[in-house]
Amino acid sequence: MKDNQLLEMIERYLNGEMTVEESAQFDALRKKDATIDAKIAEHKEFTALLKQYNERLSLQSRLDEIHDEIDVHTLKDDLMAHPSWIVQLWRHHHSKISVAASVAIFAALIVLFFTGNLTNPDPMFKKLSKEVKLVKDQQTQLGQQQSTIIKNIRPTGPSISEKFRGTGFALTGNGYIVTNYHVISGADSVYVQNAAGESFHTKVVYTEPQYDVAILQINDPAFKNLGTVPYRFKKAKSDLGETVYTLGYPGDEIKFGPGSLTAATGFKGDTTEYELFIPVNPGNSGGPLLDDKGNVIGVITGKQTQTSGAAFAVKSNYLLKAIQSIPADSLNKSLILNTKNSLAKLSRTQQVEKLRTYVFMVKVYNQ
Amino acid sequence: MNNQLNVEIPSDSEVIIGILNNSDSVLKKLYLGYFPMILQLVVNNNGDEDEAKDIYQEAIIVLYNKVKRGDFELSSKLKTYIYSICRRLWLKRLKQLNRYGGDIKDFQEYLPVEDEVEKHEERDMQLNKMGDALKLLGEPCKTIMEDFYMHNRSMQDICERFGYTNADNAKTQKYKCLQRLKKLFFQQ
Repeated sequence: MKDNQLLEMIERYLNGEMTVEESAQFDALRKKDATIDAKIAEHKEFTALLKQYNERLSLQSRLDEIHDEIDVHTLKDDLMAHPSWIVQLWRHHHSKISVAASVAIFAALIVLFFTGNLTNPDPMFKKLSKEVKLVKDQQTQLGQQQSTIIKNIRPTGPSISEKFRGTGFALTGNGYIVTNYHVISGADSVYVQNAAGESFHTKVVYTEPQYDVAILQINDPAFKNLGTVPYRFKKAKSDLGETVYTLGYPGDEIKFGPGSLTAATGFKGDTTEYELFIPVNPGNSGGPLLDDKGNVIGVITGKQTQTSGAAFAVKSNYLLKAIQSIPADSLNKSLILNTKNSLAKLSRTQQVEKLRTYVFMVKVYNQ
Repeated sequence: MNNQLNVEIPSDSEVIIGILNNSDSVLKKLYLGYFPMILQLVVNNNGDEDEAKDIYQEAIIVLYNKVKRGDFELSSKLKTYIYSICRRLWLKRLKQLNRYGGDIKDFQEYLPVEDEVEKHEERDMQLNKMGDALKLLGEPCKTIMEDFYMHNRSMQDICERFGYTNADNAKTQKYKCLQRLKKLFFQQ
């Protein structure tokens, strides 16, 4: 049988054009001869591919026809997110820019290497560290000598050192100061130190443990009137999100702490307090909490140890309540709060500059 | 984005039934419905509108064949499926063109469709080979092959068209042409 005849038979077989008899014959032939079977399969696959190719072409042309109806340009303009030119520049040329940057870095390194700037040319550095070591050795020697001296002296009476530190601020110019009750509770004597480093003896005039407020009065002959305080005590509640700040003595230096008012209630829902997001340390206790305009809106009381950043302050109207409930006979000078705010129009740095003379470090001594 | 809202998007089942019935109007609705989404994807990821057209048509063909084969299950939204196919195709294209910046700005959620795209590309290669072979074949063989195998014309028609004196001559010619086409196809 010739190949072209075989092909014709295969085609008739596949198209179902054979009679039943012919078909049976061909099936038998197919079973007998594996090469014919393979040819049938190959032919079937190949003609199917031809058909698929045709279908693909016609589908493609249908799609092209549909596509021609779309106004692509208007659509594109609508859909384009327009990135800034610098982003586009980077997108289109990032590889070039990267190469340029690496070349530049490489060149800079080579220049540094040849000019000798990469090695450390400064012999002073070594000398300095030697000197430091010398000082260190001398220090340990001194320490040893000191401890032998101390061992030889018997202790005579209790040594006095400050036990606790906090911050306080002036209520009036004539020496009334407010701080936290917890700062001064159990104290033998309380001193306040101003920004210039001068210490004054004070007496505790009134305490209100409920609000954690204590009123002190400077009774030191060296104390001179401070003049009218520049801030006002705000009676109304302050709003969430308000920008606030505090001044205080977490260390030996006065420190500024910026923050914001984050909740209207304090620790575990305490309504006498605000919750703040402000950096404070234990020494900040008793410091003033001021709003943007320089109104005193509270007294810093402490921070929650579990939550970083959360601190609390007694609201100013509870401070005012505490002041009102001071018995008249325990005041030997008038305690009349300032109602005029002279800070409102100043910048933050000017406010702080004015405030620092009215903020004190509270030093507490006991045995 | 307004244009996206202006065009009517056919429902998923409407599209599938339409494709199975060879409906031109449904194909058109489908095409117009999702083209803006793909144009948006491509033009915002380093491409132009012509590239968007190529990618989109390829994805429509993938979907079309899948539905025709009967194995499109409505497990995902058509929109997600088309977007995923285009996204995959465009990523491959970007890498080939060395224009891939390391990330792609997405506008829709998408599915993993790597296998399907792979399968489609294999098939596409076969079809392209067939196209090339047909081009090389030359006349009159090309027309005979097209008429008989692609347009399902009878041998009788072909006989008349090419002026063969008898059907046997035509059959012999057709046989020779097919052998040449096969040779060209498998040689590539």
